[in-house]
Amino acid sequence: MTALTWHQLDRPHHGAHVTATVSTQDRPHGLPLALKAVSLAFGQRRVLHTLNLQVAAGQFVAVVGRSGCGKSTLLRLLAGLVQPSSGQVTLDGQPVQAADGSPDHPVRLMFQEARLLPWKSVIANVMLGLHTDARVRALQALQSVDLADRADEWPTVLSGGQRQRVALARALVHVPRVLLLDEPLGALDALTRREMQALVGDLCRARGLTVVLVTHDIAEAVALADRVILLEHGAVAVDLDVAEHLPGRREDHPLVLAALEHQLLQRVLSRAPASSEGPTAT
Amino acid sequence: MQQRLYRLSAWLPALLLLVAWHYAAQSDWLSARVLPAPLAVLKAFGALAASGELLVHLQASAARALAGLVIGGGLGFLLGVLTGVWRPAELLIDSSVQMLRNIPPLAMTPLVILWFGIDETAKVFIVAIGTFFPLYLNTFHGIRSVDRALVEMARSYGVRGVDLYWQVILPGALPNILVGLRFALGFMWVLLIVAETLAAPSGIGYLTMNAREFMQTDVVLVGILLYALLGKLADVLASLLERRFLRWQSPGALKGGAA
Repeated sequence: MTALTWHQLDRPHHGAHVTATVSTQDRPHGLPLALKAVSLAFGQRRVLHTLNLQVAAGQFVAVVGRSGCGKSTLLRLLAGLVQPSSGQVTLDGQPVQAADGSPDHPVRLMFQEARLLPWKSVIANVMLGLHTDARVRALQALQSVDLADRADEWPTVLSGGQRQRVALARALVHVPRVLLLDEPLGALDALTRREMQALVGDLCRARGLTVVLVTHDIAEAVALADRVILLEHGAVAVDLDVAEHLPGRREDHPLVLAALEHQLLQRVLSRAPASSEGPTAT
Repeated sequence: MQQRLYRLSAWLPALLLLVAWHYAAQSDWLSARVLPAPLAVLKAFGALAASGELLVHLQASAARALAGLVIGGGLGFLLGVLTGVWRPAELLIDSSVQMLRNIPPLAMTPLVILWFGIDETAKVFIVAIGTFFPLYLNTFHGIRSVDRALVEMARSYGVRGVDLYWQVILPGALPNILVGLRFALGFMWVLLIVAETLAAPSGIGYLTMNAREFMQTDVVLVGILLYALLGKLADVLASLLERRFLRWQSPGALKGGAA
């Protein structure tokens, strides 16, 4: 078994490992993301603590951690929904802005719940906000998640997994360059989850997107991501380069995967939640 | 077959009552002045319909009811949308409306007569007041209870302004708005009956009041039954609207270009 090395904090990453699975060998479509010394406090409560993180273009990063560690806040920062108290959040070198709804906004968010409009047919949901060739593009997006045959049905008749697939199609139809996933598979049953993981992974890699996946499921993080970030008390505690340990197909190395997962889990559990307030040096 | 039998059984009590009524009237146990036989009522109905009188009165009543509903309900809807989407309007208007809502519309009758006399305007006004509040309240409540997460999602996908109201907020509020409409339709008839019995040159209320003067109990009954029929008709209409616009709520429903 490979000796596992742990990278502490923000060692700069190079996009080398991306090439392993990206089908299009040219420059990835995704954009690089960076957080520089970002702190965020809501009143007295400090959520993020001088956080440094760089995500290369086309990299698939999973962020794990105990609940309340700031991982969802990190995602909201990247989406521009909240602004940092100090520090800088950049997308392709530019300060991040909240999605203003312009059709070519490079960042799309996916939530734990699908958030489909129940009074619109499946395809009308995917067409939301599209102006040119809406129906054709929406149908293509639905095809990519294998739901083209359900295009004219109401979302209420779909299963939870199918609804998330529609939400994924809706995000992808806008040709985003960064996809932010806030536990989109958290509410699904184990089997559907597996299928969705494969689908999300394939679609994002085929498009060379930069992906940040927030999840509480370490197995999912290790199975999907090039790189797993463990957040503790609002800072990066572990930065694990999965792609380095697992070149090629993940399925071929179940033991390595399990070992990585085990090690991460041990690390999470070793820190008792007693000090969950974090280093609130006031 | 079994299903049909079940459905028919819903009509059984009404049918039994009708039969009992018929025999009670025939055996002179029930005076025709108190309650004429069902056949007599039917005959009166036929006579009124044949003379064209019925249609005239029906039209008069329906016109008043509709005018009141369109004016009152329309204003209620518009004001509900305004207070629902614009906070300052809520602050300014809502608590006053909530206060006025507690006045029974019929308590306004003396004032309405002073204002408008006893002509058409007075009747339409009373119906309008009665239909205003259910639509206002339910529209306001419906808009406020639209899922914020859906609005946030739609905004992030570039749906805004009029589009946001048309595609997200109004459809989300529609189930509540239709409940309001259903209530308004109910109130509409109740208020119209009272308004028409006060003073009217035409309409079903006039028909019954006039018949009372001449002790034509059978015609009075025709009027009452007409109200029941019209009320039922309004209810059926409302549920048709619900079925048309809220198809997405029933999980079995397939297809539909609600886009």
